[in-house]
Amino acid sequence: MSAPALSFNGATMEFPGVKALTDVSFHVHAGSIHALVGENGAGKSTLLKILSGAYRPTAGGLALGGRAQAFRDTSAALAAGVAVIYQELHLVPEMSVAENIFLGHLPRRAGLVDRRELAAAARRQLELVGESIDPATKVRELPLAQRQMVEIAKALTRGARILAFDEPTSSLSDREVRRLFTIIRDLKARGCAILYVSHRLEEIFALCDRITILRDGRHVETAALGNLTRDEVVRRMVGRELSHIHQYAPRPAVGAGLAIKNLTGPGLAAPVSFAAHAGEIFGFFGLVGAGRTELLRLIYGATEKTGGQVLLQGARVDIAKPRDAIAAGIVLCPEDRKKEGIVAVRSVLENLNLSARRRTARAGVFINESWEQANARQRIEQLRVRTPSARQLIRHLSGGNQQKVILGRWLSETVKVILLDEPTRGIDVGAKSEIYGIMQDLARAGVCVIVVSSELPEVLGTADRIAVMRQGRIAAVLDRADATEEKLLRLALPVESTPAA
Amino acid sequence: MSNPTARRAVADFLDRAGMLLVLAALFVVCSVGVENFLSWRNLQGLSLAVSTTGMVACTMLFCLAAGDFDLSIGSVVACAGVLAAVVMTRTGSITLGILGGLGLGALAGYVNGFVVARLRINALITTLATMQIVRGLGFIISDGKAVGIGQENFFLLGNSGFAGIPTPVWITAACFTVFGLVLNRTVFGRDTLAVGGNTEAAHLAGIDVARIKVVIFTVQGLMAAFAGIVLASRMTSGQPNASLGFELEVISACVLGGVSLTGGVGSMGFVIAGVLIMGIVQNAMNLLNVATFYQYVARGLILLAAVLFDRWKRRRQVG
Repeated sequence: MSAPALSFNGATMEFPGVKALTDVSFHVHAGSIHALVGENGAGKSTLLKILSGAYRPTAGGLALGGRAQAFRDTSAALAAGVAVIYQELHLVPEMSVAENIFLGHLPRRAGLVDRRELAAAARRQLELVGESIDPATKVRELPLAQRQMVEIAKALTRGARILAFDEPTSSLSDREVRRLFTIIRDLKARGCAILYVSHRLEEIFALCDRITILRDGRHVETAALGNLTRDEVVRRMVGRELSHIHQYAPRPAVGAGLAIKNLTGPGLAAPVSFAAHAGEIFGFFGLVGAGRTELLRLIYGATEKTGGQVLLQGARVDIAKPRDAIAAGIVLCPEDRKKEGIVAVRSVLENLNLSARRRTARAGVFINESWEQANARQRIEQLRVRTPSARQLIRHLSGGNQQKVILGRWLSETVKVILLDEPTRGIDVGAKSEIYGIMQDLARAGVCVIVVSSELPEVLGTADRIAVMRQGRIAAVLDRADATEEKLLRLALPVESTPAA
Repeated sequence: MSNPTARRAVADFLDRAGMLLVLAALFVVCSVGVENFLSWRNLQGLSLAVSTTGMVACTMLFCLAAGDFDLSIGSVVACAGVLAAVVMTRTGSITLGILGGLGLGALAGYVNGFVVARLRINALITTLATMQIVRGLGFIISDGKAVGIGQENFFLLGNSGFAGIPTPVWITAACFTVFGLVLNRTVFGRDTLAVGGNTEAAHLAGIDVARIKVVIFTVQGLMAAFAGIVLASRMTSGQPNASLGFELEVISACVLGGVSLTGGVGSMGFVIAGVLIMGIVQNAMNLLNVATFYQYVARGLILLAAVLFDRWKRRRQVG
């Protein structure tokens, strides 16, 4: 048998203070679709970044067709026939489909771009992936599914023989998924090696031949999919028997918490009202784009509301900007940690004290250095933030530890209501349960905890009551006793539009 | 060095002290290799030559740290000097002249800050516009000619000295100290770095981003005007075409020292190193009789080398 198209040989990736990948080895063969699974933080994206040349492994590496390769950068990987198709596609929205496909090597005649040849060649490439888009269309005008096809066509144009897909179906409809699968199977038939990263096990069992399971940056198993059941895969991913992710313990509601009356603003289709108690964990479930993030931002004053009232423990509070909310005791941990949560180029200490330093400064002006250091030490210990020191730049920490720092930022303030937007997104299992623990502790201490989540087990496992949002309004509020996965999902799905058959 | 902790400590040290080491090496090389470099007279001249850049670099540091920059400062330096000269000549009052110049700088800076922070217009475009407006105002006020100053006491500001060191150099040293403290030891300074590091996160953490930017630009204008007044005092006149290209000189010095153009990273040590390296190179080239035309090329190359060095450092950190 010939050498495997792609092998990882002891691939290891170490960041300061974090080992993202430890000694991972497995093979992917030409003409096969190979699934790569693992929980968030298991090391899948690090592995993909090594494959694409974005990262250089600190030890070990990869081989193509048996020959060891060390990609200097992403274009070296492309030149070697490797294409990684990410969730966020790497297309230039303002350029045409044809220009995107041939980006970097446009056909030329007499030094100028040969428009006619470009259009014809693009059409040929698009046919390979079964698309009949006009090559002159601007990419920004295309729906996501078609952009993905353009990306695949682009990869094929470069002569890619190894294609990796990172969660390619996360935003596709059923029909689009079937189309994509046809294309991927076609690529397989043409002898490409496919690495398929996904959370959706049904898809993996329907599409893939072999599977590699990662856990906590380590290789757990590589096997033919026929030899494994779905439960076995899940068990190996989690590393323990499937049980409730956390033991729910009822808490008494201790009085009025946050009440919202007829709140309106961008992202909401109708005035929103609800009341959550102090000492309660109040969940918001819904699909992406249901208006949950927008609702939290409106409450917090991060987006200007057009109407409605916020009542805190029965008294009305005026919130025009985040600072007003913080002063009232309402705080927010935003959804996108990197973009909205952390200041990546500053230290853990500075990120922890980002808000509290205003309160503790001497004469309101001069940093209280000793207080800040003591506070940082205390929060790092209390929340078990894994960092070599408080002076470490926060960008070197793992997602879970970054999230703990953001939580720690607010624990240094007097908090009555904490708004958590997808608090465990992109966080590994261990840190996840620690964050659930922190949420419970807060609730037990009388804080009103409001948590937005897209993960059903998370809302069902943590919340006392669950509001389901759908298309910019609250569809229903359920007690945890009445809530089931099916019920929540049914409430969350859009009503009028049915997926095209 | 097999021990990773030790290696990281060394890397950290190089990261923090990198440009200071370059500065020290440069100083030693010039002392040994360039005749007259180490003479008291030359060092005085050198420090005087960098004093204007040094003053304005202090506030430019804040601008860059907050993720913006300001191209209008060269024009403000010139226009404030001209306005101060005109007001002094018309009213006979030194105080009114200085206040007039400072007022102009503060106003120009406030306008920059307001447009950038509240109206959310890109700082490049905004300050490119005010750069031309203020330069034009300088020419209009002075009718395009140098404005001589009759108040001799005013010349003391730029031409006196204390303990053998010229007054403008003392002023620059004071600016380094004060603004260095503000950046490191005050909530305002830390907030500035947070705003530059991640504006949205800073906003969500309760920092009044717009206010901070308005203050930074206003102080920047004020500082440029003050530097312009000191310069007018040194030259005994207000020159409407003074400080052409000054803004780039200041930004170059900051970047040379290691202040990030994308915001969030910077310290006064970086700025001092950058300003002095620029000054020493220029001074050494003068002493070696390098023709002006070549000096431009050399300065550009040094800046490019510094930026490449910075890039290399960062790549190494990532992996």
